[in-house]
Formats: sequence, C-alpha cells, structure tokens
Amino acid sequence: MKRLRSDLLWVPTFAILVAFAVPWPLWGVDRVVAGLPVWIWWHVAWLGLCTALFALFVRSGAWERGMGQRPDGDASTGRDPSGSVGGDRR
Amino acid sequence: MTLGLSLGIVVGYLVVALALGLVAYRVSETTAEDYYLASRSIGTLVLLFTTFATLLSAFTFFGGPNLAYAAGPEWLVVMGTLDGVLFAVLWYVIGYKQWLIGARNGYVTLGEMLGDRFGSTGLRALVAGVSLLWLFPYVMLQQMGAGEALVGLTGGAVPYWGGAALITGFMILYVTVAGLRGVAWTDTLQGLFMLSVVWIAAAWVVSSLGGVGAATEGMLAARPEFGSFGGGTYTPGFIVSTAITIAFGVTMFPQINQRFFVAKSAETLKRSFALWPVLVLLLFLPAFMLGAWAAGTPIEVPDGANVLPVVLSEYAPAWLAAVVIAGAMAAMMSSSDSMLLSGSSYFTRDLYRPLIDATASERREAWIARIGVATFATLAFVASLFRPGTLIEVGGTAFSGFALLALPVICALYWPRTTRTGMIAGVAVPQATYLFVVLSSVLPLVPTLPRTVFGGWDVALGLMVLSGALTVGVSLLTAPTEESDASRFAVTGD
Repeated sequence: MKRLRSDLLWVPTFAILVAFAVPWPLWGVDRVVAGLPVWIWWHVAWLGLCTALFALFVRSGAWERGMGQRPDGDASTGRDPSGSVGGDRR
Repeated sequence: MTLGLSLGIVVGYLVVALALGLVAYRVSETTAEDYYLASRSIGTLVLLFTTFATLLSAFTFFGGPNLAYAAGPEWLVVMGTLDGVLFAVLWYVIGYKQWLIGARNGYVTLGEMLGDRFGSTGLRALVAGVSLLWLFPYVMLQQMGAGEALVGLTGGAVPYWGGAALITGFMILYVTVAGLRGVAWTDTLQGLFMLSVVWIAAAWVVSSLGGVGAATEGMLAARPEFGSFGGGTYTPGFIVSTAITIAFGVTMFPQINQRFFVAKSAETLKRSFALWPVLVLLLFLPAFMLGAWAAGTPIEVPDGANVLPVVLSEYAPAWLAAVVIAGAMAAMMSSSDSMLLSGSSYFTRDLYRPLIDATASERREAWIARIGVATFATLAFVASLFRPGTLIEVGGTAFSGFALLALPVICALYWPRTTRTGMIAGVAVPQATYLFVVLSSVLPLVPTLPRTVFGGWDVALGLMVLSGALTVGVSLLTAPTEESDASRFAVTGD
C-alpha cells in the first residue's frame, strides 16, 4: 500500500528506456556487425533490456504501489508482496 | 493452378475464423457486457494477442515494409520505440489505471468513464464522436489494403472493389454474430499465424539471397545510406514526433482502449506488459528488414503496389506468398472487426442511449449495435473506393487525431482538479484545429496547410501540447461542476 521511495527511481528508468530505444549515440554510424547495421543490434538488445526491466518492475510490486494498490491485492500473484526486490534493486 | 491455390488458402482462412467465432458465440452470454468485453474474462495469451493483432494492420504489414524499402530500415527503430517501449509504458500509465477504475465502476467505453466522472453527457458524446470520426479513415484503410492485397494475389482476377466488398461483408457477418469473445479468439489465432508466417517468409527470402550478411551487403551496395543511422526521411523531428503521436494515438483507439477494460485480472495486464517489447520486435524485425533488404534486389515494385508481395513472389513459392497475404488480410480483418465492434459500442452507449433513447432494452441496444456496424462498414467501404491517399497517409492522420485525446484523458485520470470545462476545451479546440488542417487540402478557398514543420516535426505534436495546456489551464480557471465527482476515479482507499 505504501509507496516506497525507491519506486520513484522507476520514473527516470522508464524515461531512459523510452529515450534510448532510439540509438541516438550511433547517429550516422554505418558499421555492420554480424550481418546487420550495428544500430539495429542496439535496438534489439534495448528491447530485450526493456522486457527484463518491465518484468522486474512487475515482480517487485512497484506496479501496484505506483497506483496506490496493495501488491498482494491481486491474489493470483503469489510473488514477494513486500517489495523488497524493488528495494534491493536500486 | 496458383490462382485456385491462392484463393483456396485465403478462403480457407476465412472459414476457420468464422467457425471460431461461432464457437465463441455458443459459449457467450447475450448481455452487452459480454458482447463487448467478453465479461471481462480475457486471459493473458488472448489479451496479449488480441491487442497485438488489432495494433497490426495494413499500416504495419504493408506500409512498414514499403517505407523501409523506400527510406531505410530506421522504420524498425521508430516503430519498435513507439510500440514496444512507449506504448508499453502508456499501457501501465493509462491502461492499468483505466482497468482499476473500470473494474470498480463497470465502464465499457472511454466516453462513459469520462462522462460519469465529470457528470457530462456532452463530454461523453464529444469523446465518442471524435473517436468515431478518426475511426472511419482507419477502417477504410483496412478495406483499401485488403482490396489491394486480393488484386495482387489474384493478378487482378478479383477486382479492387470486389476484394474490399468481400472483406467488408465478412467483417460485418463476423462481428454481428460473435462479439468480442469471438474477435479475441480469432485475434489469438491471427497473431500466432502472422508471427510464424512472417519468420518463415523472411527465412526463405534471406536464404535465397545467400544469407543475412549477403542480403545486407546487397542492400548497402544499392543504397549505401541505409547502413548509417538517421538521414533522409529520418530526421530527429520525424522520429520523435512520429513515435509520440502514434504511441499516444494507439492508446486512444477505441479497440485498444477498450482492451484496457477486458483483462480478467491485473496479473493478465502485468504479464502482457512485460512481454510486449519482445513480442513487438519479433514481428517488426523480419517484416521491416524484408522491406529494407528488398532495396538490394533487382525487383521492380510498380507504382502503388506493396513491396512485400512483390519480393515474396520473386523469392518464395506461390503457396507461401498466398499464406503471407492471408496473414496480412488476417491482420486487417482483425483490426477492422475489433474497430467496428468498439465503434458500435461507442455509438450505442455514448451517443444513441444518452441522446436518443435512454430506455432502450439490452436486446434493442444489441440490435442497434449490429445495424451500426453494418452501416459504418458500408460507408467506409464506399469511401475506400475513392482511395483518397496512401496507406501511410490515411493511417498517420487517424493516429494523430486520436493522439490529441490522450493528454486530456491522462489529466482526468491523475489530476482530481480537472474540470469539465477544461476537458471540453482540451478535447474540442485541438480536434477542430487538426480537422481543419487535414481538410484544408480538399476545402476550396482555404490554402493547404502544412502537416509538418521545421524538418519533419508533425503539427499534431504541437496540438498535443496545446490539448494538455488547455485542459490544465482552463481547469485552473474554472470551478468543478456540481455533477462532477473526482472520487469516481479514486482507486486507493480500500
């Protein structure tokens, strides 16, 4: 129920995930790696990272706390409701 | 031989989809809630694919590879960013919040939710009207795409109008018989089907070209600028404004927004959210890279044709080309039937019932919905015969129109101080302005206004900012009306 201060870190995390899904640092770079332009690999890896972090966001209970819900409110989760995973993480 | 085979594959697909719909109909109840929301009982896999399939349409399947072929593979990054990441974040920010509110108060549509919160039938009707307005070109886009696909598949044996009419008739039949449960089931089938088929097609073409490395080498030999990130069409302004307007627009599409009310439990929403970026990438990567690699092949893409069928007919067997076209048509139909269904619920619940006949029985409402679907689809079909623009142009206009709704809705969801007048100003003014910009190209006496400024920045992005500023500014200047009730959107105290 209580929002954890560490949950606020998800806001800049999401902002960075969105902003750098576009490989801005590779603007104009034309190297080919393993058959594809290197900036395509950046994008592929970045979306994989997004899925990993989104899954962590959900599992840590920040998903519910962000909306003022109790993480164990949804009886079907069965995952760590205390949010300690999110607390440890960042 | 191939004509019969191709048509057989497509028709076979339609029959399977109809059979699934009928099974779903047998197990469904006849209440409006079941018809539109499948009694809020959609599970993870079905929710994931029903959202996935409705998001994908002629815009993604034909428009995307066409753009990658013409301008370079950066389109993958644009679509991946907006759909895989930004939309996923909005899925939480808008979608989960709407799910919480909807589950408490039993809402079925966006207009209903806002109308109840602000005690305003006018706002409810305005939101529904605006949504139906932008839905029209997007349904039309699917009919255009389907008509063109059948022309391409049968080498003109089935004329454009014939293909579009066939799809229209099938969609009406399907939606009026089965409701959302049926649509959701076939969406799952179609999503899985498209994912598999597009990978098989990509593998086939790539191996004909001598592997991924050789395909990319060929592409770079023909179009060296495709290798470096950015440039040409892909200015920073284009990338940023396209990503933002489409991602926000998608959340306000009736068929997507209504999905935010259908999940069985929050668990379903959470799983779908985490899987989303990878799922999106799995589809976009092969589809758009096929378009980009095609630039290095000697194929000739005729004016107005789509690159994907051309490259497949050159480098893959006829049956595979037919299967891919069937997959593309599946996506278009899925988009269309979901849109028609959601559009009909906006019409009956937010326009017909509050404004025309408040005492209509559920049975009558269900019939009005069906008649509404048939009328809307038929009108869109007639309009599609005039082919007013390319797939990307028509689609982009619709996305931007919907995007203008997003910021006022977010304001309403999170800021209790939002007032009815603020909402109406924030929705109506940018919508009217954008409609004027869009129509300025066909209105006599008015100069055609530019749709992008300063190197690719979309004017819709500026209007989005205006919509947010108006909602906040006017809300601060006005007092909440007596009928409004901010506690309707409160989701905490339990």
